[in-house]
Parts: sequence; structure tokens; C-alpha cells
Amino acid sequence: MLKGRIHSFESFGTLDGPGLRFVVFMEGCPLRCQYCHNVDMLDMVDYKELTPQELLNTVLPYKPYFENSDGGVTLSGGDPIMQPEFTKEFFKLCKKKKIHTTIDTSCFTVPCHLDELLPLADLWMISLKHFDDKKHRQLTGVTNQPILSNIRHLSKKKARIWFRYVVLPGWTDTKENLTALRKFLKEVNFELIELLPYHTFGVFKWKELKQPYKLKGVKPPAGKSVQKIKAMLEKDGHKVVLNEG
Amino acid sequence: MPSKKSKLPKIYSGFKPGKWLTAIDVRDFIQKNYQTYKGDESFLKGPSAKTKRLWKKVEKLQKREFKKGGVLGIDTKTASTVTSHKPGYIDKRNESIVGLQTDKPLVRALKPLGGVRLVRKACESYGYKLDPKVEALYRDHVKTHNSAVFDIYLNWDDFYTPEKHNLFRKKGIITGLPDNYGRGRIIGDYRRVALYGVDHLIVEKKKELNAKCLYMNDENLRLRDEAHDQIQALKDLKTMADSYGCDIGRPAENTKEAIQWLYFGYLGAVKQQDGAAMSFGRIDGFIDIYAERDLASGKYSEIEIQHFVDDFVIKLRLVRHLRVPEYNALFAGDPTWVTCVLGGMGKNNKTLVTKTSFRLLHTLENLGPAPEPNLTILWSHRLPQGFKDYASKISISSSSIQFENDELMRPYHGDDYGIACCVSAMEIGKEMQFFGARCNLPKLLLLAINQGRDEMDDELIVEGVPKMKHQKPLKYEEVKKEFFKRMDWLCKKYVETMNTIHYSHDRYNYESEQMALHDLIIHRYMAFGIAGISIVIDSLSAIKHAKVTPIRNKKGVAKNFKIVGDYPAFGNDDDRADKIGVEVIRKFIQSLRKFPAYRGAEHTVSLLTITANVVYGHHTGATPDGRAKGEAFAPGANPMHNRDKSGALASLNSVAKLKYEYCRDGISNTFSITPSSLGKSEEQRTANLRGMLDGYFHKGGHHLNVNVLQREVLQDAMKNPAKYPQLTIRVSGYAVHFIKLTKEQQQEVISRTFHKTF
Repeated sequence: MLKGRIHSFESFGTLDGPGLRFVVFMEGCPLRCQYCHNVDMLDMVDYKELTPQELLNTVLPYKPYFENSDGGVTLSGGDPIMQPEFTKEFFKLCKKKKIHTTIDTSCFTVPCHLDELLPLADLWMISLKHFDDKKHRQLTGVTNQPILSNIRHLSKKKARIWFRYVVLPGWTDTKENLTALRKFLKEVNFELIELLPYHTFGVFKWKELKQPYKLKGVKPPAGKSVQKIKAMLEKDGHKVVLNEG
Repeated sequence: MPSKKSKLPKIYSGFKPGKWLTAIDVRDFIQKNYQTYKGDESFLKGPSAKTKRLWKKVEKLQKREFKKGGVLGIDTKTASTVTSHKPGYIDKRNESIVGLQTDKPLVRALKPLGGVRLVRKACESYGYKLDPKVEALYRDHVKTHNSAVFDIYLNWDDFYTPEKHNLFRKKGIITGLPDNYGRGRIIGDYRRVALYGVDHLIVEKKKELNAKCLYMNDENLRLRDEAHDQIQALKDLKTMADSYGCDIGRPAENTKEAIQWLYFGYLGAVKQQDGAAMSFGRIDGFIDIYAERDLASGKYSEIEIQHFVDDFVIKLRLVRHLRVPEYNALFAGDPTWVTCVLGGMGKNNKTLVTKTSFRLLHTLENLGPAPEPNLTILWSHRLPQGFKDYASKISISSSSIQFENDELMRPYHGDDYGIACCVSAMEIGKEMQFFGARCNLPKLLLLAINQGRDEMDDELIVEGVPKMKHQKPLKYEEVKKEFFKRMDWLCKKYVETMNTIHYSHDRYNYESEQMALHDLIIHRYMAFGIAGISIVIDSLSAIKHAKVTPIRNKKGVAKNFKIVGDYPAFGNDDDRADKIGVEVIRKFIQSLRKFPAYRGAEHTVSLLTITANVVYGHHTGATPDGRAKGEAFAPGANPMHNRDKSGALASLNSVAKLKYEYCRDGISNTFSITPSSLGKSEEQRTANLRGMLDGYFHKGGHHLNVNVLQREVLQDAMKNPAKYPQLTIRVSGYAVHFIKLTKEQQQEVISRTFHKTF
């Protein structure tokens, strides 16, 4: 029996996609982002196993809340792309029940997994980490090459895409990276980009897990600098949302 | 006056005729004449210059009132009646709607018919002295409600505890009853004054009396006696309005008069009575009919109509009653519950949302947030989107309004009902209720576990409760059986006490003005209540799913409980806990109905605590759910603080499972969320709240208070009250100025679950 490894749920998600959302945090992630605020969901140790149908049964009591807020279900994590079969089967069940589906993923995977999910995921939320591959490796532990090509692929297939961009002082707010970001955004089709000023709310989880927090000393960006990036992207004609939640 | 001829009297020209012309039938008038509004709020206008000036004066007065410890003044010489005081004004030139309870704004009046001892105490608490003549009169010559109730209590053996002969009412099991304050929760149909004029109402009342009271038996004699008082009250009402230069003998001619006449009807009620909740009913559609007629004829512009509505609401914000400070523990923040319902759907599936539903909500923007009037949205998923959005938006910006499920209440009360107090539905002019506060159900559970002994002082309260066979740990079936068995004991006492109180209130402090604005023959509810439902659920769940061992003292009274293992708590959408709640409330209403209520009233139950959850907690020992001795209960039907760990919607789903059919007097839920958790932009927050309300009410939820606040703001307001004169929050079925709560209540509000994303 196909089972998903699930870390936890949130019944009142308002930040992970449109409307009121039931957010499922899946266990496991191919990336090791240094600022990850869900670091407790990366290693496949602390989880419960549910079948797609069992997960759907957990979600169904909340369906009335989705309907008038244009909400639905978001698979997040971790990264649901680590469990492509489960994600596919679960989304299929959601479609049958007319529940809107969102996947919050790094896109670090092989294209065939994405193709299978294309008709099932109503919205793709993708975090753009860094455009310089070397820095990307430093920041996340993996190369950005498959990620960027996968996004181009999704864009070509007319997937509905929301980007996320963490404004990390000294890393992603540099002139070079912002120029690369703007260039990339011009190449792909997407609906909006959300700016997330780096915060340190997740640091305590690193301590609990006794893992070194490598970004120690990096402070959250000044409001002004985030506003500047927002204005710049808006000038390029993009819809920009500032997420300070 | 209205006649059977098809031609409308001139005063009604422009209205569509109907049954309302030949009988007192305001609903028919509304149904024949109102115009649904499906648009958005863009038509609304800001406050007029006069309103702004007037409001500024009121703000100053309110500041002085707060500085003086909550009471600006008391008229210690005059027992208040409909006609007792000369006309009073705030600023005559700038007032479009007139009338005050006494001759000066915010000066409180004496209503000694509820009990003169308390009135004296209230005066003294604020540094005033009750006129000895008034005191002597009501002590020696006039029997008051309070003395009548105690005359019965004190000679009633069963009302004492079996061993020490303490008054049972002092043991904190049934408390907060209206035996020493006015019962309230009666809504006059104040619209009748405006639509028909008082002269016609008197004629019709007499007609009804002679048509319905045919044989002079007990009940009919009582009706005649009461009807006489009602007619006198109507005459007094006319005299009172006359002193302000208004002839309410005739129907209102235009919007301004309609609002003024409505208000006079209400003012008469709050001059005669100081019931805990003096609610207004349902007036949005009614006022709107006059507004539409005047807009069409060009008599008034939108600006003028909003001006009248704003001024009217200012008056409702000024209603005050004289209370003793102890009253504040039960009903904190000086509430008056001028509850007005807005919106809802008609039986014909047409929405009752009108432009005036918007105008009344808009007063929270024009005048700023405020607890009164207690604006209550009758929610249905079928309401027009524009209204849903506007109500959600105002809720987010003001934390001043509440939402109730029209789809649940309409089948019982039709489409012309209002809400008394927080959550009590009644058809306007046709139904009333006998208010009965609430009983402390966790305490009953403890009596069952403790052989009928009070867990606080070990005193024997109920005789014949056996020792639990299973102690280490407690056994669910045994505890539940004993608990349910003792419900009959409690319910009998509860119903009998209520019968005593309401018999006395009817007889010695009758609400003749409000009842004059009802039909002669009415349906009565007797409203009982439960405090601490979530503690009962969690306690039973703990006993069932974990291992709960009582730690008893020498007398065998459990002073604490040892809990080993986890248990599913109420508030996590977990049927294992939630179904216990459904069973408890079903059992409770069944038990109550075994004992007939005074005057043939229908028993109902509420899950509502007002702010008494704090004081109930104070008087309750440790409970099997792990709650410590003295710790506050959760308010209303809320899950216990911070035990609802599966997110906001799971918490809502649990409460929504408590069935309205067993708690027809309402199920109150107070929900606090931080703005950033509700969404990133105003647009998103509005849509998310709308979605949340649609979902909650679709699931069968009855009531929701919504606070969209940062905890830090409340903490700052505790430190710097002067900075937050208008900061309003919803507590349990009503709203208060946060700074008027006691420190302890403020802390309790802050400690509640504030839902955030993680």
C-alpha cells in the first residue's frame, strides 16, 4: 500500500497559496538550505505514515472553508517532490473532490515527475534560492541547474506558478543576483513573486536538533532594502507580494 | 388611522399595503416594502460636521467617566420610570436624534424595583448617597423583586445545604442568576411605535385583550392586570416623547422620525428597566424602507440619512445602568447589550440585507470602534458577496462585531427574529425569554466524584452520592453514570430557582413598557446555561483515554488528579472528545425538561459564560483534565486555552459539532487571530475571514466572535490605558472597551489561544 511520510498539518494556512488552506508538511527534502525554518522536516525520522485516502479523509472536514475563500490543499514540507507517487495519488483524489491543489516545491527533481503532476497541481509554488550555482550549492547543498531548467519547462507547459524569494542580506540581495533574478523572471511565465525577508524564527529548531546554524550573525534585511527590491520588480511589470508573516 | 379600505392613509403613501394595515404586523410591512441591496459599500458617506462635533463631546464625557472610576454621575433622588426625568441633551443644536435616560448624559438612574439594597450599595461604591426617602419607600412600602425572591428562598428548606445549612446559591454551582438584578433579555418591538404610533397601539392592545381574555380565570386575570400596566406604559411613553417635542401618538412620517420613534420606544425601556441585556432587535430593513422612500422623493440625501443613523448610534453608545462593582465579575466592562441584528435571509430566500445594514456597520468607521450597539451579523452562505465582504472587513478593522448562523435560527424563529444579549434568538414581539445565567458543570462532575462534597471546602452538598468503586484510576463508565444521575438533582434545583425568580420578577418588576410592544399572547423560553463545557469534555475524555487517579484528602475529597498518558482534548476536531460534548449537552437538556418551567416556558440551554468564566474558575477546584484549582474556564463553548493544537479550523470544527438543537439559547465561540495569520493584504484577510465564516457556519457552528489583534497591543494597553480609549475586543457574545476590564480579566483574554500559522 502506497503511504506518504507526513510530518504535520496546519488547518488554517493563509500563507501557502491562495485562500484558506489545509497545509500538509511532508517529510524529507533534497535541499539543505542554511536558513530553513522547517529544518525538523528534512530528515525522514519524525513522521507518520498515511495513505492518500487517509490524508484526504483528514482534509475533507475542512472543505467548506476552502469553497468561499478560493482555498484548498497545499503540500509543503520538506518537499513533496521527494514523494512523487504519493503526491500524484493524493492530488488525484483531491481533483475528484474538486479541491484546489498547490504544491510547494524546490523543483529539484527529474522532469518526468513534474510532467505527471502537471495536470494535477493547480498551482506551483517555487522558491528561487540563488542564481549563481556556486552560491546555490553553498546555500542549499545542491546545484541550481535542474531547478532552473525544470521551471522553464513548467513555464512552457503553462503551469500556474508563484515564486518565492528569500531576501537574505549579503546573499540574495546583491546586485549580481538581483540582475540574474530579473533576467530569469523575464524568460518565464508566472503569476506573482512573493518576497520573504529573511527571519530567524526557525533558528531554535536548529538548536533543538543540535545542528550548527551557519548563518549566525546574518540579520534580517532592513525594511527599506526589501521595499526597494519590491519596487524594482514591480517596475519590471511583475506582481510582487511582500510576505512578512 | 389604518383602515380596511384599499386607499392608504396619507402618512403611508408610497408604501405597499398588506396585512400590516389591518393588524399589528411589522414583519408583513417589511416583507411588502423592503428593497434588497446587493452592491458594495461604495455608496456610504462619512460623518457630518454636526455628528463629528457631537461625537467629540461624547468622547470627552466618556474620558471623564473613565477617569472617575467608571461612573460620571448618579441621580440619587429619583426612582427612574418612563416619565421620571426632564428631557436631557448632549448638545441640543447638534443633535438630530434626541433623548437621554436622565436629564444629563451618562448620569445613571436608580431602578429600585430590582432591589433597593443593591441600589444603595451601588451608590455608595461610587461615593454617592442614596436619598433616604427613596430607600425607606422601597424598603418599607414597596416590595421589590429582590426581596420577593429572598422571601421564598429563605423559607425553602431544600435551598440550604444538608449539614451546615448554608444557602445553596452561595456554593457556586448555580450562580449569576438575576435574583438581585433585572433579568433583561426581553426585546420590545420598538418598530411598532414608529409604524403605528402609540395611540393606535393602545387601541389594538385593548381590542386584543377583549378578544382573547374571555373567562376570568387565573391566567386571564393576570393578563388583564399586565395589559393595564402595558397600556399605562404606552401612555407614559407618549408623555415622555412629548417632553422632547415629538408626537409619537401618530406614526412616523419620514426616516428621521422613524429612527426617533424607534429610539423613544427603546429609551422608554431603558428608563424603566436595567436588565442585564437590553437589546434592540432587528431594525435595519425597517429603517431602510423609510430611507428608500425619502431618497426617492428627494426629502433626504444619503448624507442626511447616514447622519441620522450615526446620531442614533451615538445615543445607543450612551446607555448606562447603575451596577454594583461585584456585577463586573460576571459582566465585565459595563456592557448593556444593545444588540442589533443585521442582514440574514428571508423565508422566501430573498436576502434581508439592505443599504441600512451597511449604514449601521458604517458607524464603526464614522465614529470608530465601540462595543455598543452589539452589531450582530446574521450570516448565511447565501448573503450577497458585497455585504459578506464589508462585514468581514469591518470585523477585521474594529473587532467590534459578531456573527451568528441565520441558517440555524431561521427554522425555529422565522425571518423576523432578533438576538437578545449575545446569542439568544427570539421572534420580535412574539417571543420572550426568562434569563437564567448558568450553572457550573465541572463542579457537578466533581460532586459526583467526591461523594457529593464541595471540592473547595469539603462541605456536603448532595446526599446519597456513593463512593467511586474504581479509584486507581477512575473508570469512565462509572464517573459518567454518576455525573448524569446528579444532573437530575441539579436541574430540578435550577428550574425551581428560575421559576421563583421569574415569578417574582413578573410580579414585582414587570417590564410593562417592553411587553406593551409584544403581542398579548406570547411564547416564552426559559434559558438555562452551562459554564465550563470544555472542561467537562476534557475531564471525561481524560478519564476515558488516559489514567486519571484522584488524590484525596481525609474526607475523601479529590484535591488534585494524577494524569498518566495523553487524551484527546476538545478543540482538535477529534470525535473521541467532541462526541462526549454532544452527549453531555443532550443529557442536560433532557434532564431540564423533566421539570416544568414557570408559565409554560420552553426550556433552552446556552453555552455562554459572558466574562464569568474567570470567576467560575476561581470557585472550582482542580479538575480531572489537569486544570489547576482556581484556573479560569475557557469562555462559552471555547476549547480550553492552548489545548486546541491542531490549528484554528480544527478548533472551529470541534465547536461546530455541539448541536444547536440541544443548545437553542446559543453556543458562543470567541476566536482570536493575529492580522498577519489571517492574510497578507486587506483583500486577502477579508476573503479569508469570509471563507472561514462560510465554512464554520456550513459545519453547523452557531456563533463566532472574531478578534483580529496582536497580543502585544493588548499587553501595551494594559500598561498604557490612556493610549487606547476606543480599543474594543469581543469577549463572550459581546464587546468591551479593553481598558474597562479588570486586570485579571485582561490577563485571561491575553492568555487565550491566538491562532497563528504555526
